[in-house]
Amino acid sequence: MSKYVLRGVAVFYLLAILLAPLGLVFYRTLAYDSHEAWQALTNHDTLHAFQITLIAAGIAVPLNTVFGIVCALAIVRGRFPGRGLLNAFVDLPLALSPVVVGAALFVLYGRTGWFGAWFLRHGIQILFALPAIVLATVFVSVPFVAREVVPTLRELGDDQEQAAHTLGASAWQTFWRITLPSIRWAVIYGVVLTTARCLGEYGAVAVVSGNIEGKTQTATLAVQDFYENLDHAGSYAISLALAAIAIVVLVLMTAIRPRESAA
Amino acid sequence: MSEGRRLASVAAPRLVSRGSAKSALPLGLTATFLSVVVGLPLAALIASAGHWNVVTSPECVAALKLTLAVAALAALANAVLGTLTAWVLVRDDFRGKSALNAVIDLPFALPTVVAGLLLLSFYGPQSPVGIHVAYTRTAIWFALLFVTLPFVVRTVQPVLIELDVEMEDAARSLGASRFTVFRRIVLPNILPGIFSGFTLAFARAVGEIGAIVLISGNLPYRTEVASVFIFNHLQSGDPSGAAAVAVCLLAISFTVLLVVGGVRRRATRHERDV
Repeated sequence: MSKYVLRGVAVFYLLAILLAPLGLVFYRTLAYDSHEAWQALTNHDTLHAFQITLIAAGIAVPLNTVFGIVCALAIVRGRFPGRGLLNAFVDLPLALSPVVVGAALFVLYGRTGWFGAWFLRHGIQILFALPAIVLATVFVSVPFVAREVVPTLRELGDDQEQAAHTLGASAWQTFWRITLPSIRWAVIYGVVLTTARCLGEYGAVAVVSGNIEGKTQTATLAVQDFYENLDHAGSYAISLALAAIAIVVLVLMTAIRPRESAA
Repeated sequence: MSEGRRLASVAAPRLVSRGSAKSALPLGLTATFLSVVVGLPLAALIASAGHWNVVTSPECVAALKLTLAVAALAALANAVLGTLTAWVLVRDDFRGKSALNAVIDLPFALPTVVAGLLLLSFYGPQSPVGIHVAYTRTAIWFALLFVTLPFVVRTVQPVLIELDVEMEDAARSLGASRFTVFRRIVLPNILPGIFSGFTLAFARAVGEIGAIVLISGNLPYRTEVASVFIFNHLQSGDPSGAAAVAVCLLAISFTVLLVVGGVRRRATRHERDV
């Protein structure tokens, strides 16, 4: 009996907080104004916003994938003082408010900031332009690959790497032939999480982008901007596209997770 | 086999001594990347925090109080409901359970501002169930419940899976009630997981902006949270004051990470000793 009560509470909670709101937006957008939604999605500013989001993700994801693997190797295989501190530092963007990230970039690259003044003298616009959006996206998505790879690497041990080494493999060969194939599912899982974070970033980008429609507006900024300008159909249409991506991400996560834990 | 092991042990010292040189490159790259991408902006933030009187202004104090209170309430609710959900996902069995398990990660996959819009659509003026809480503090709580939902579930779930059911069976056979078994056997085991999930959820809730910005109305003294306050202060041209408040949030985040790290080390201490 108590089993059913617990099950009921859990299912109701997930329905009320997650599933019902998600379903309602799909229903409302598709049932009432699917034509309007399509127009809103394909208008010039919306497409441009998605383009900016994709550029930022296209830079941040590969960069943080390479960094994540290297960082995990340093944390797990390295022996140096301050490993705990490094670990905490990598995790920091997870616990940090995106607005704090945005504010930090704002003061560093602003007109009077340490870097901002130098870039301004050389005629390079960072703040309120694409570079700031990319920097913010890279910052917030730093931890994901590293966090997935660290436990896998730790569990793996270094027996095989040592064996390869004694057989004459170079460090580079060992990495490509032994280490990387063993951690590949963890890396892929991390990449999926990183991508989701990059596409969904809002707070940090909102601070540093200037949110100029058709110029420095990302997809998530467009959701808010359209809504506040009372273009609800447009706002819901973009949300729906982003939610569809999120569902693909969820499916990928579900498919990859068992392989990752089996590796 | 034994020869191979002996060879390995002979070779081991040489490998270890080479190991330090081998790890120098990854370490150097990691340290450089982190310093440029994460360290420098945060250093600049701390350096430029000047107008500390902004932090103690009535509007900011109200925003900070509201943020901490609602974040704590959301993390607390998810500590209870998240533990319950994790229990159902591990111990119960019913059709659609694996789908339900996948859905838990939705808040990680969905852009937060979209989450805010979904909640506004369901719990706003056009609510199909007649619950209209938009532009109130309850709405902020709902938004934070959404974004922090996975944390406790995902920290408690693996512990419950590992937990030996035989222990509970033994206690039951000795006459312990179901509640006693939970309180004396299950809870002590999952408590570190609940706590670290709670703390991470709290940190996440304190910094949230995307899910809140559309649904809260952002009224100063009423529904304006700390991150929105910082945002508005930057927009109105006081980076020094905004940075001061941001440093406060940074301090909260760092404390949370240290606490979670400490709990994790304590929880896994006996594992590492083996």
